[in-house]
Amino acid sequence: MLVSLTSTTPVATDLGYLLHKHPDRVRSVDVAFGRAHVFYPVATAQRCTATTYVEVDAFSRTRHRKPRRAQGLEPYLNDRPYAASSMLSVALGRLFRTALNGTCEARPELVVQPLDLEIGLPVVPVRGGQELLRHLFEPLCYEVVCSSIALDPEFPAWGDSHYVAARLAGRQTVRSALEHLYVLLPVLDDAKHYWIGPDEVDKLLSRGGGWLGSHPEADLITRRYLRIPEYTREALARLADTGEDSDLLDTQRDAAEQATESPLRLGEQRLDAVLEVVRSAGAGRVLDLGCGEGRLLERLIVEPTVTRAVGVDVSVGALKRAERRLKLEEMSERRRERIQLLQGALTYTDSRLQGFDVATVIEAVEHLDAERLDVFAEVVFGHISAPTVVLTTPNREYNQNFEQLDGRGLRHEDHRFEWTRGEFEAWARGIGARFGYGVEISTVGPVDPVCGPPTQMAVFSR
Amino acid sequence: MRRRLDRIEIPEIGLVALCGASGSGKSTFALRHFAPTEVVSSDRCRALVGDDETDQSVTAAAFELLHTIVDKRLEIGRLTVVDATNTKPEDRKALLELARRWDVLATAIVFDLPVAACLAHNEQRSDRRTPVHAIKRQHDTLRRGVKRLRKERFTRVYTLGSLEELDRVEVARTKIWSDRRDDTGPFDIIGDVHGCHAELLSLLDRLGYDTAADPIAHPEGRRAVFLGDLVDRGPGVCEVLDIAMSMVAAGSALCVAGNHEVKLGRAMAGRDVRVTHGLAESLEQLQRRAPEFSERVAEFIGGLISHYVLDGGRLVVAHAGLPERYHGRSSGRVRDLALYGDTDGETDEFGLPVRYPWAEEYRGEAAVVYGHTPVPEAVWVNNTICVDTGAVFGGELTALRWPERDLVSVPAVAEHYEPIRPARSAADASSGPSRLLDVGAALGKHHIETKLAGRVLIEAERSSAALEVMSRFAADPRWLPYLPPTMAPAAASGRAGYLEHPEEVFSYFRKRGVDEVVAQEKHMGSRAVLVVARDADAAQSRFGIANPEAGVIVTRTGRPFFSEAAVTGALLDRVRTAADATGLWGRLGTDWFILDAEVLPWSAKAAALIQRLYAAVGAAGAAALDSARGLLADAARRGVDVEALAARTASRAGHVAAYVDSYRRYCWDIEGADGVEIAPFQILAAEGEVLARRPHRWHLEEIDALVDHEPGVLRRTDRRFVSLSDDASVQQAADWWQALTEGGSEGVVVKPAEPTPTGDGGFVQPGVKCRDREYLRIIYGPEYLEPANLERLRQRSIGRKSSLARREFALGIEALDRFVANEHLARVHECVFGVLALESEPVDPRL
Repeated sequence: MLVSLTSTTPVATDLGYLLHKHPDRVRSVDVAFGRAHVFYPVATAQRCTATTYVEVDAFSRTRHRKPRRAQGLEPYLNDRPYAASSMLSVALGRLFRTALNGTCEARPELVVQPLDLEIGLPVVPVRGGQELLRHLFEPLCYEVVCSSIALDPEFPAWGDSHYVAARLAGRQTVRSALEHLYVLLPVLDDAKHYWIGPDEVDKLLSRGGGWLGSHPEADLITRRYLRIPEYTREALARLADTGEDSDLLDTQRDAAEQATESPLRLGEQRLDAVLEVVRSAGAGRVLDLGCGEGRLLERLIVEPTVTRAVGVDVSVGALKRAERRLKLEEMSERRRERIQLLQGALTYTDSRLQGFDVATVIEAVEHLDAERLDVFAEVVFGHISAPTVVLTTPNREYNQNFEQLDGRGLRHEDHRFEWTRGEFEAWARGIGARFGYGVEISTVGPVDPVCGPPTQMAVFSR
Repeated sequence: MRRRLDRIEIPEIGLVALCGASGSGKSTFALRHFAPTEVVSSDRCRALVGDDETDQSVTAAAFELLHTIVDKRLEIGRLTVVDATNTKPEDRKALLELARRWDVLATAIVFDLPVAACLAHNEQRSDRRTPVHAIKRQHDTLRRGVKRLRKERFTRVYTLGSLEELDRVEVARTKIWSDRRDDTGPFDIIGDVHGCHAELLSLLDRLGYDTAADPIAHPEGRRAVFLGDLVDRGPGVCEVLDIAMSMVAAGSALCVAGNHEVKLGRAMAGRDVRVTHGLAESLEQLQRRAPEFSERVAEFIGGLISHYVLDGGRLVVAHAGLPERYHGRSSGRVRDLALYGDTDGETDEFGLPVRYPWAEEYRGEAAVVYGHTPVPEAVWVNNTICVDTGAVFGGELTALRWPERDLVSVPAVAEHYEPIRPARSAADASSGPSRLLDVGAALGKHHIETKLAGRVLIEAERSSAALEVMSRFAADPRWLPYLPPTMAPAAASGRAGYLEHPEEVFSYFRKRGVDEVVAQEKHMGSRAVLVVARDADAAQSRFGIANPEAGVIVTRTGRPFFSEAAVTGALLDRVRTAADATGLWGRLGTDWFILDAEVLPWSAKAAALIQRLYAAVGAAGAAALDSARGLLADAARRGVDVEALAARTASRAGHVAAYVDSYRRYCWDIEGADGVEIAPFQILAAEGEVLARRPHRWHLEEIDALVDHEPGVLRRTDRRFVSLSDDASVQQAADWWQALTEGGSEGVVVKPAEPTPTGDGGFVQPGVKCRDREYLRIIYGPEYLEPANLERLRQRSIGRKSSLARREFALGIEALDRFVANEHLARVHECVFGVLALESEPVDPRL
C-alpha cells in the first residue's frame, strides 16, 4: 500500500525538512505488520514527492494465528497488503510523528506555511462510493480527482471494484494533510486492523481536533473511526457456501425491510393486532414461533394474563439479541420463570412446543421455501396444535406502494415468496379444513382501496 | 416326597426373584451363580441410600432405588436377580409388574429351608444380624404364600428345600426361544401361503429349492422361513402343511405362528371358535386326512413360537411384524402383537380390525419382515417389509431373499378366496408421518453409531449451527440421503517451491498397507450431490417426494445448487439421457442413483465470493504494485538506492499476476444451464446397494460411459492407477500430476483403489488431496511461494482436518447404508445432519 505527498510550492524540496526525511535516501522503519519506507521519486525545486510505501508481511506471526472460530479465508487472503487502510495511518504516524506534532527544529517557520500539496492514493478502498470521498475531502479544501478500478479487465461484466485511484490537491500545511489522511483512511475503508481500545477517542481528538468539529460529515467520521466492537459471530460463516456471513446478512436485510415498512410503523401495528388476539383469547401460555429479537415477547411479559411466554427461533444470533433486548439476566426471578427462549425450527416436530394456548407466527412463514410449507403446516397445526394460532405475512399486492424492494419485488431478500390476498386466504382456508380450525382473515396497517393492507393476518381457532 | 431339585434354568433375558427369609442363604447363592452386577440386593440398596445395610428406616427409599435399577436393567434386556426376602405377595407383585412392563420372563427361586437353619445362619453373622422374631415371621409368610407363586404368574418357580439341595443345585442359562441370532441363514422368507400349494411349490422352485426331494431342501443350504398363516382359505392346506412340517422337522425351514394357525389349533382342541375367515376350508380338508395327521398338525402348531431374531440381530421375522422394543422379548403381549398386530378393538368399514401403523414409527436397526395384511406390492418402509402379497386372493406369493434383500414372486394361479377389502400398501399408509422429523434427534449433544468409525460425537454447539442451515436453506431432508465429507490434505512437502506434492500422499497410503491407489484429477468447481430419479413416480416411491425435475442437485451443505428449478431440470435430464443410453438403470437394477460430483465453473456458485474477495484482492494488488514500481523506477533514476525494494516489488507484482491467472482459470460465463459442466466421480448408491463400497475403477468406467454420451455437460475425470510398490508407477503418477497442474488443474485426489480399507489406527483416509502450487495461491494468498512464507506454512497442522474428514466420511456412508436399507428417515437424517454439524467445526479453512 502506498501514498505520495507532493509539494509544488518552491522550494519544493523543503518538504524534506518538514517530513524529517532526506530526499536522496530511503528511510525505513519496522511496523507490527511489516516494514514502512519513505523515498522520493521526484525532488526538484519545482516539484517534490515523498512516497510512503508499506510492505505488508501477510504471513507475519501476528497475522498468522490459528482460527479461534469458524471463518472463511479472509483472514489469510485479503487486500490489506495493497489497499490504503488503517495500516497506512499507523505507518504515517510512525514515520512522521514530528511532522504530525507540528515541530520542525531546522525550519520552524515552515510548519505553519500552507503549500500547494497533492496527495496521490493509487488504491484506496471506499465504502460508500466516490461521493463519500468527495464529501470527506472537499470540505477540507481539496480538489478531488478520482477514477475507479475494475475488478478484472477480463471480466468486464463484474464491474468496478470498491477501490479508487485518487488525487487530492489543495493548499494545506503538511501537518494537516497528514492529519486528514491519518483519520480519514480508516473512515473510507470502514475497518481497522487492530483492536479498538478506549484510547481511540484521544487519538481522534489529537489528530482531528483542529478540523473535525466543523466538518459536515463529522458524525459519520466519528462513528466509523470509533468502531463499536463487533458482535462475534459463530460457525455460520463457514457453512455459508458463498462465504457470506448469514447472520450479518440477516441483520442487514431485516434493517432493509424495516426501512421499507417504517413509514407505516407496521412492526408496532402488527404486534398490537397480535396482542389483541392474545388478550381476547385470555391466553395464559403463549408461544412465539420465529420470535426473532423478541419484540413480541417484550410486550407479552407485561400482559397480566400471560403466565408463560416462550420464544422460538432457529437463529442463535437472533436469540442472543433477544436475550439482550429482554435483559433476561437482570430480570427478577419471578418474571424470568415466565419467559423462555428456545432454539427450534418450524420444520421439525418439537415436544417442548406443545401445550400452549396461543401460538403466533409473525412474519415468519414467508422465510420458508414453498416446498416446506406442507411440513410447516403439519408441525404447527398438526403437532404443536395450539387452540389459537395467529399468523401474519406480507400482502404482495401492497408492494407497489413501497419504494425500496429487492430485485424480485419483495420486501426482504430472504423472503422465499410473498402471497397476494387471494393466495393467502386460499392457503389459510385449506389449513383450516385440513386441521379442523376456524379461520378469520383480517388486515394490519392502512388498507389501500386497490391493493389491500400491507400485512395480512389469519387467526386460526378451534 | 418331591424329587430333588438339581437344575435351575434361567432365561438369558429375564427377572429372577430370590424368595426366602433372612439367613436362608440367598446372598451366598446369588454370589455363587451370578455376576455381582446382575444381583440387585435390598441390603446393598439400604447401604447405598443410608450407609448401613441393616438400617430399616431407609427401607422405602432403598426399595425405590432397587425398583429403579431393576427397571433400567430390564429395559435394556439384562438378566436381573433380585436379592430381597420377597416373602410377601405385594413385594413380588412389584417385581412382576416390572417384568411385565419390559416383557421378560420372571423366575422365582424359593429358599424354603427349615427355620432352624435360617436362625443358625443368622447366628453366625457378625455384621448384619436380623431379630429372631423377624426371621420367624418371614418364614411363616413365605410358607403361606409359596403355593400361590405360580398363580402370581412367575413363569417358573423353583423351590430349594434343604441346605444340601441349595449346595448342589446347578444353575443353567437358557436362550429364550425367539433368540436365533447365531443362525445367519441365508434365508428365503415367505409370506402368507394360506393353502396355496401350487404357488408355494413354484415359488420354492424359483428360489432354487429341490422340490422333488422329500423333504424339500435347497442344494446350497438356504432355508425357508414361513411367516405363518400357512392354513385356511386356500385349496391345499394339508399339502402346504406337509411341506412346511417336513421342512421344519428336517431343519431346512423355520416357521413362526400366524393367527390362523393359532385359531385352527384351538378349533382342533375342541375350543369354541367362530368358523370364519376360511377356517372351514382347513377343517374340512383336515377331515379328509387320517386322524394322525391332525394330531401331528396340532403338535406342530402347538410348538410354533411367535417371532425369531436372526442373523446376529439384523433380522426379525414375525407374522404381523413387531415394534423394536419387543424384539427378543417374551410375554403374552409380545405374542399377541406378533400374531395380530397392534389393534385396539376398533374396526374399519369392512369389519376388519384397524391396526396401529407401527412400521411408520419404526427406527430399529434390525430389518423386520412380516406378513398378515395383504399389500399390493412388497415395499420397504423404515427397514420393515410386508411380504404378504395376497396369494390366496389372486395376488402373488412373495419371498424375500436374505441377506440379499431381493424379492421373488410368483403369481397366484387363481383367486382362491374373495378378498374382504382391497389390499392397501404399507407405503401408502405411511406417506404421512415419516416426513416429520423431531428436533430432539437433531439438537443437543449426541452420538451416532457408525460402522466405519464407531461412535461419532456431535457437540451441542455444532448441532445448533447445523439446525439453522438445515431448516432455513437446505432442501427437503427426504432429498438428502447424503452429504459429502471434507477431505484431508497432503502432509506438507519438504521440496523447495512446493507446499503439497504427491510423494507425501503416496507415502501416507504406503505406510498404511495400501498397495494400489488411484489419483484422480480434482476439478475446480463446487462440490455437488446429484439425486437422480428415473421419473417423478420413481422419486415419489423411493424418496417419498416428487418434483418435476425428478431429483435434486445440492451443494455440500444441502442447499439447492441452482436457484432456478429449470436449470436443475435441464442438467438432470442430460444425466438421465446418458444413463438411458448406457443402460445404467438396468445394470444396477434401479430407478434412482446418487452421484458425487464437482460442478463447474467455480464461478457458477461462487460468483459473489470471487468478485468480493478474489478479484478485489487482485485488482488492488495489481494497481498498487504497478504504481509502486513506477515510483521506485523514478527514484532509481534520481540515483536513490531502491534496488532491493524495487526487486521485491517486482516479485510481488509477479505473484499477484500469477494469482489473478489462477482464479481466472476457474471462471467462465454461464447462461442458465449453458456452460455448466458436471464432473461426476462416484455413483454413491442405487436401489439395494451402497455403491460407494465398489472399487473406484468400476465407478470411473461407468462414469466414462455416461460422459461419452453427454460430453457437452458431463466432464471426464482423468486418473492414473498407481501401484505403490512399483517405483516406476509412482514416478509416472508424480510426472502426470506435474503435467496436469501445469495445465491449470486444481490438483489430484488420491484414493485407495479399493475403497474403505482399514489400517492400524482404524480405517484409512478415503481420499487425500494434493493441490497444485499455482492453485494454492488463491488459498494461501498470492505471495505464499516466497521461501520465507512457504517455510512458515509448512508448520501447518492437518490432524484436526484429517480426523474430521474421516468422521464425516463415516457418517456419509452410514447415511447411505441406512437409506439403502430403507431405514426410517430420522435414522438417515441423523447422519446427514451430523455431517453438516461437523462441517461447522472451526478448522483452518485453507486445508
